[in-house]
Amino acid sequence: MNPRRVAAISAKEFIHIIRDPRTLLIIFIMPVLLLMMFGYAFNLEIQDVRVAVIDDDNSALSRQLIERFEGSPFFTVFHYQGSREDLETLFLERDARAILSIPENFAATLIGKHPAGIQVIIDATDPNAATSINNYCRQIVTDFNAGLSGGAAMPFTLESNIWYNPEMRSAPFFVPGILALLLIMISALLTSITITREKESGTLEQILVSPIRPGEIIIGKVLPYILIAFLDGSMILILGVTVFKVPFVGSLFLLALLMALFVLTALSLGLILSTIASTQQVAMMLAFVLTLLPTLLLSGFIFPLASMPLPLQLISTIVPAKYFLVIVRGILLKGNTIAELLVQVLWLAGMSVVLLTISWRKFSTNLER
Amino acid sequence: MHHLIVDNVAKTYGETRALKGVSLAVEKGELFGLIGPDGAGKTTLLRSICTLLVPDSGSITVAGLDISRDVPAIRAILGYMPQRFSLYQDLSVAQNLRFFADLFQVPKHERPERLARLYHFSRLEPFKSRLAGNLSGGMKQKLALSCALIHTPEILVLDEPTFGVDPVSRQEFWEILHQIRAGGTTIVVSTAYMDEADQCDRIALFFEGEIAAMGSPAAVKGAFPYRVYRLSGTALQDLKTFLEGQPEVRGIQLFGDALHVSFSEKPSPETWREWARRGGFPGLRWEEISPSIEDVFLAHMAGETA
Amino acid sequence: MNEIAVQTQNLTRRFGKFTAVDRLTITVSRGEIFGFLGANGAGKTTAIRMLCGLLLPSEGEATVAGFDVYKSSEAIKKNIGYMSQRFSLYDDLTISENIDFFGGVYGLSPALIEERKEALIEQVGLGDFRKRLTRDLPLGFKQRLALGSAMLHDPPIIFLDEPTSGVDPRARREFWSIINELAAAGKTVFVTTHFMDEAEYCHRVSIMRAGKLIALDSPGKLKESYGRNNMQDVFVALVNDEDPRPEEQL
Ligand SMILES: Nc1ncnc2c1ncn2[C@@H]1O[C@H](COP(=O)(O)OP(=O)(O)OP(=O)(O)O)[C@@H](O)[C@H]1O
Ligand SMILES: [Mg+2]
Repeated sequence: MNPRRVAAISAKEFIHIIRDPRTLLIIFIMPVLLLMMFGYAFNLEIQDVRVAVIDDDNSALSRQLIERFEGSPFFTVFHYQGSREDLETLFLERDARAILSIPENFAATLIGKHPAGIQVIIDATDPNAATSINNYCRQIVTDFNAGLSGGAAMPFTLESNIWYNPEMRSAPFFVPGILALLLIMISALLTSITITREKESGTLEQILVSPIRPGEIIIGKVLPYILIAFLDGSMILILGVTVFKVPFVGSLFLLALLMALFVLTALSLGLILSTIASTQQVAMMLAFVLTLLPTLLLSGFIFPLASMPLPLQLISTIVPAKYFLVIVRGILLKGNTIAELLVQVLWLAGMSVVLLTISWRKFSTNLER
Repeated sequence: MHHLIVDNVAKTYGETRALKGVSLAVEKGELFGLIGPDGAGKTTLLRSICTLLVPDSGSITVAGLDISRDVPAIRAILGYMPQRFSLYQDLSVAQNLRFFADLFQVPKHERPERLARLYHFSRLEPFKSRLAGNLSGGMKQKLALSCALIHTPEILVLDEPTFGVDPVSRQEFWEILHQIRAGGTTIVVSTAYMDEADQCDRIALFFEGEIAAMGSPAAVKGAFPYRVYRLSGTALQDLKTFLEGQPEVRGIQLFGDALHVSFSEKPSPETWREWARRGGFPGLRWEEISPSIEDVFLAHMAGETA
Repeated sequence: MNEIAVQTQNLTRRFGKFTAVDRLTITVSRGEIFGFLGANGAGKTTAIRMLCGLLLPSEGEATVAGFDVYKSSEAIKKNIGYMSQRFSLYDDLTISENIDFFGGVYGLSPALIEERKEALIEQVGLGDFRKRLTRDLPLGFKQRLALGSAMLHDPPIIFLDEPTSGVDPRARREFWSIINELAAAGKTVFVTTHFMDEAEYCHRVSIMRAGKLIALDSPGKLKESYGRNNMQDVFVALVNDEDPRPEEQL
């Protein structure tokens, strides 16, 4: 291993990155864009949330309560006429994002000084919105109760029922997902593109006639991207903790260490792709299908793995992001130590070793395939 | 009628003045050559003619259409082959040709004849089913040329079409160009091969964004102010060094196995013998030749005619 | 140092059933300018790639700088410079950065790179342009720079694949004067070209057709034995001779 050759390759790679606006854009704008998409888009200022009301009581009190909802700039209220069985279509067709259900005898129970309860059902496919909706409902109910307590009635309770995403996964959940997505994108996508680009332009031929070794090319090419991946990873974490209030309970050092491990796994994936693909387009397609999509869909980032069919669950065992998500969530939210994450760490390390060995073996120093 | 008029066109990239006010006019059905060193501005001019670049000043009209206003109309009648034209590497030779024939809507009944002619020049017929990516460098260039020539536009613009093409195929390529021109197509072509300049009806010698000489090849050569001698039969390097010390000599250039030496006045046979004796070149042969375009070009570059 | 720079014996390369180089046998001695001519697709680039360790031969023997192409490709790579047919510098790097890169790839020390860079920039006449992007250079300069970059490690043998294609007549002459200097300094230069006047500058030329060597001699002897005045005519005569190869061989 000759450090000068490695340095020469890395230095050149850095210049390519710095001089190419498109790569720079991916590196610096992408993290921010992704965070905004997942964070703000889900949490856009909430107004005019449509609430379907089922008033089985139809009393003066229940109408009073509904008026409160109508009076809020936050809600647009309408009466639901359909059958109980079809309630779900309200959510599926996006007709309403919350359902307010007032039981029969609501007023009677209240006035009889028995504790009464009403129910809200909230669509939590967008967890941030669901949280806000829930909070506003509670606010209205509390105010309403306060108005009542002067009278004879007993304050009633609100029972929230959250559908589709009962854990209300939000910032603490999507920030680790974005971290994984971005690291994969930079490591796997960009490295596979940079190597195939040199194949296409013919410059690789010029490098291969020098006595350089495959390992030197690989390390030289990959070093700049490790750095960039780290930079971007830190960017996401900082934004996540400061802007999105993601808790950070565990060890920063451990997180950095394991992020490096994940980047290594992702890079070795990228390297394998570049040995298979001979053009940038093919490399990009492969990276998309084999790394980005699984990270998005099969890692537990968006869809819970437990509820997936068995074949998909099996495939997900070789998706590195699956382990990385457990690691990041564990460290950020629960303060896990390395001992608790050993299984994940071993999986990632094992995959890296296997992938790196294959790509190093397959990386040929001539033009034969 | 002029088919292409370039009037006082200038173009600057940053600090580099690629074109400094170029004017020329090409007749319909003329084969016009742009000859110049690398970086003289040939490609910039050709791209402007093809509406791909907008000049900073001046105007260009193609078939009466203005390049800044009538872009679609011009593109409809113009065929262009850029300097590094790349093909679909993952299509075969035949598939590439077919694709371009479809793209340019070449009628089905005309195709066999055109293909036969192009395969004859390119000698690619035996390799029809080979992927373009597996062709040699020159074969790729010939395939690209064939794709550009598969249809016949009103005006054809070719930027260094024979880059890396072997001498035999180059000759055959120029025969095709002559055939196309005979059909009434106007052709503008740039080249680094001076022997190709002789094949054009008229040429413009391009230097540093300006036209230094323009006219038929014969006229450009005829305007050369010196007499040119071809010297051979002895150690050329020594002869060159020796002649560089002679005051009568205006310019010396190496041409393969001979030197081309230019003089203001024809040296007398005595002078020649004297030189052969004094320099120690017993086998020296000299003959006066008419200057070639390459002589003119090299003299311009060396600033000898300035 | 060995007096024989490159030697091949029945060197053959097939792609599938197609034979791109067919039993090539040549010997090139040290300090020689060896011209490699042939029509497009004759097998020149393929042969050079085998000698540079970029492609494996299908059959036959070859040694470069005394090393066997099968067994010692790494030793060969230390002893050769190569300029590929396609342009081989990085367009988005400056001239100086390109030289740093190629010096680094050959493991030269920064001090040595700096020293040779100055000499090279001086030689090519690019003094004021060292911070310019390579893409802005005229082709003639680029090619001389590429040659210099391929020679930074001072190899005894250099392979040039069509270094002057597309280069104007004056820049071509400047390029050839560098080749002559290299040969005079004892380097072996292996060069392909489609300019027949350049063939005259070679000590010996070989002409390939359809993968086979069909002529090998000094330009003078070739012209004499084929009864032509110049290499252009010799070439055309040789290449136009019936192509001995059967139809499609894919
Ligand atoms: N990877 C490959 N697969 C199949 N055929 C190939 C491959 N590489 C080269 N060939 C074929 O081998 C033959 C020789 O190609 P080569 O590049 O050596 O020619 P060349 O003499 O350098 O030609 P040119 O003057 O055009 O550069 C050509 O017919 C080419 O199509
Ligand atoms: Mg070649």
